[in-house]
Amino acid sequence: MGYPHPAHPRETPVISRYFGDAEARTLAGWQKRGGYEVLRQALATDPVDVQNVVKDSGLRGRGGAGFPTGVKWSFMKPDGKTHYLTINGDESEPGTFKDREIMRWTPHQLVEGAAIAAHAIYAETAYIYIRGEYTEPIHRVREAVKEAYAAGILGANAMGSGKRVDVHVHKGAGAYICGEETALMNSLEGRRGNPRIKPPFPAVAGLFAQPTTINNVETVSAAQHVLRHGADWYKSLSSPANPKSTGTKLFSVCGNVAKPGNYEVGMGFPMKEFLWDLCGGPPAGRRFKAIIPGGSSVPILTPEECEGAVMDYEGIQAAGSLLGSGGVICFDDSQDMVRQIARLARFYAHESCAQCSQCREGTAWTTRILERIRDGQGTMQDLDTLLEIADNMSGKTICVLSDSCATPVVSGLKKFRHEFEAKIPKNRSSVMIPGFSPAAA
Amino acid sequence: MVTLTIEGREVIVAPGTSLLEAAKTVGVLVPHYCYHPSLPVAGVCRMCLVEVEKFPKLAPACATTVGEGQVVHVHSEKAREARKGVLEFLLINHPLDCPICDQAGECELQDYTFAEGRKDSRYMEPKRFNPMEDFGGDVVYVPNRCILCTRCVRFMDVVAQDPVLCVAERGDRAYIGKFEGQDLTSPWASNVVDLCPVGALLSKDFLNKARAWELDRAASICTGCSQGCNVMVETRDGVVVRIRPRPNAAVNQHFACEVGRMHYRWMNRRDRLEVPMVSDGQGLALATWDAALTAAASEIASAGRVTVLASPALPNEALFLLQRIGAHVGASLVMTVPRGPEAPLPGVTDLALRAERAPNHTGAELLGFTDVSSPMAGLGANDLVIVADAAVASVPAGVRVIVVGTVLDATLAGATIVALPVCNVAEEDGTFTNLRGRVQRFLQAKAPPVQARPTYRVLGALAEALGAGAYPPLAADVFASLAAAVPAFAGLSYRGLGLQGADVTLPAEATT
Repeated sequence: MGYPHPAHPRETPVISRYFGDAEARTLAGWQKRGGYEVLRQALATDPVDVQNVVKDSGLRGRGGAGFPTGVKWSFMKPDGKTHYLTINGDESEPGTFKDREIMRWTPHQLVEGAAIAAHAIYAETAYIYIRGEYTEPIHRVREAVKEAYAAGILGANAMGSGKRVDVHVHKGAGAYICGEETALMNSLEGRRGNPRIKPPFPAVAGLFAQPTTINNVETVSAAQHVLRHGADWYKSLSSPANPKSTGTKLFSVCGNVAKPGNYEVGMGFPMKEFLWDLCGGPPAGRRFKAIIPGGSSVPILTPEECEGAVMDYEGIQAAGSLLGSGGVICFDDSQDMVRQIARLARFYAHESCAQCSQCREGTAWTTRILERIRDGQGTMQDLDTLLEIADNMSGKTICVLSDSCATPVVSGLKKFRHEFEAKIPKNRSSVMIPGFSPAAA
Repeated sequence: MVTLTIEGREVIVAPGTSLLEAAKTVGVLVPHYCYHPSLPVAGVCRMCLVEVEKFPKLAPACATTVGEGQVVHVHSEKAREARKGVLEFLLINHPLDCPICDQAGECELQDYTFAEGRKDSRYMEPKRFNPMEDFGGDVVYVPNRCILCTRCVRFMDVVAQDPVLCVAERGDRAYIGKFEGQDLTSPWASNVVDLCPVGALLSKDFLNKARAWELDRAASICTGCSQGCNVMVETRDGVVVRIRPRPNAAVNQHFACEVGRMHYRWMNRRDRLEVPMVSDGQGLALATWDAALTAAASEIASAGRVTVLASPALPNEALFLLQRIGAHVGASLVMTVPRGPEAPLPGVTDLALRAERAPNHTGAELLGFTDVSSPMAGLGANDLVIVADAAVASVPAGVRVIVVGTVLDATLAGATIVALPVCNVAEEDGTFTNLRGRVQRFLQAKAPPVQARPTYRVLGALAEALGAGAYPPLAADVFASLAAAVPAFAGLSYRGLGLQGADVTLPAEATT
């Protein structure tokens, strides 16, 4: 038995190759598997050359936005300023738990990737910001950093290169919004985790007002494999049909599915085969009702929409959703979609940082209406109101948390409107307000 | 310079100007809550979203800088719909308690909702409720009305540099909180009340005193110290009920200190000197203005040694006339400047509650008055003192006093031979010269009591009765005479001063 299930023959385990291998967690084990050799070579290479290899590979940010990593790195010039690298391990998107496993099983993979990325952007300091609830991953990464310092891999003379590379592990305090890159920087600076207005962009003025690059845990982990095997090798891992999405992607699969877990496949993998062959399809005797392919903030797809879709940035967009963070949430036909969407909205309402009016008030109002409908107290007018609120919440705030709440509501209402309508008592035109009796008034 | 078009009007502004400020220059108001010109931009209320051609999304006008050739639509359908949405969101938890809210009538949420909001509410759920909280100092917090614009937090953090306030909690549970063990006791804390665009932060002193629409307002200058902060004196039925800062970038930006704000109470004193009085040998008896002025002139002319003791809180016009009278009769000109601890506002250059607790210390010095600690020392029989609204601890035996004042202190009553009632600063026009030499006008805010007359008019008449020259009956004309006679004020006029003031050239030692 492998971790937590044997790798499927159709998987392409690159980042996840050593998941379940306890020895790979240690420095000695990681070095036995060729670890830190790429870092040694990278430190001896000009940062621009490192950037160019990553650029050629087509690697894109795995945190959700999908921005080309090499291009992002190339924004950082040797300008004499202090540069910072920040690794985003604040993985709080419902349905996403891939970074957790990278940090749990291969912490040195992350530390090595962080050191390579820091070198590539002319930074001497990297911060790994990890979600506060991730107790074990924090412990593992801290241990790895400690081992790497003790072995001279990190520090003032990293691997004897004469270059300084420092890596700090920062434990978040448990706020979803701190996974938003600018809120993360505020949090690292000791401020309240509120997103910042852009511009200035982090590459110009980020952490401590210095040029900063922010990369996801999976992105920097992938980058070292790109450097080890070359850009062409990385591109060969994905479907040649779409050269814009290259390499492999780690997908977290959860919900009503036979074999939930993390799966690494080449970009462009057919979604139907992914769900049925790799993940085992829905639980016995059930049918899929809905799939959220990229973490809870992206549009919900129906099984029909997943039918011909391929799993890469453009493929999922063509199917009507987004690749996002790669958190695949499955719902079978036993699920009440109103209840599920209300739960998602409640999450966003709880986690809104409260800065922008639309987000602070809109997410909470949306939740209250959804919960009222869920409890059989809705009206048909509520459905239109929900859509209008969602419209007022979308594209108008500093970050996209507001949009993230609106998206599943709008797509859920569009695709499962009959479930919402079924919960609304016929002929109900007014709302019972708790504690208010019209007769008494 | 950058040229762009806002609402069809060509605008030319400096690079780096925000769209919101650029729109102001052509008279276009972009509705906003969190933006304030004296605070760092937060861009959080999202009320100032405007449509910029070729931008994919609506842009916050406060946080978007102008670009060459930009075409901006403030009142397009898309922008108005976005603002309508924000107003609806802000109102879902905001109680509609305008009838009992102190901010009603000057509430930006009320104003914009009237202008652009929905006519009805779609919110059917129970509203959020949080109890009121005493923030300490003069400030009370009503969280139900709070729209989380964070102006107060930013003021205390960045301007007062006393980070007492924070946003606590997340989502719609968020509220403005105080850090553990902290209170709003900064000497500048009440500015958060003015900065609050809704009725969430209120002044305890003003609470339930008046409705905004009942108030009459007059531009004035704070008399609390020598800083010369521009203020608005607000009255209700002839009673001053509130003093609030009036923007002046050169003096106080948008701010005023606690001492200045509370400095209005004496303006409402009821124990005023209301009618002219002349001593009849038994005590002071009521007299006509003519009789009192004649008696005063006669006493001054016949006195041996004359001293003019003036308050440094008197306007330039009154001090100028006192100086003329003093020069005519060979009097010495003295004053006593009260002092207290300084309290700077760290985030604003050169703004502080100054040690000299008088608004016209500098003006008095320019007009020849000397600061002395014991103005009555060395005086005796046959000496006469003209006490111009100054406080006196005691009067030496035999010294005769002519009071030109708003009140008749008990310490002066026995020695006073003539009492001439004058207006206080809220009751007349005039100018003060602040510690940096900025001459600033204040306007009459309320009527004087009974027969009290403006100080410059009383002193002008007295000077005329003494043969010290003829002076016109209007403050502007007296100031013109002052500007013509005193080199430091040369070239100044009321028209030129406007309501923002102008600088005089101070001698080098006065500015240090």
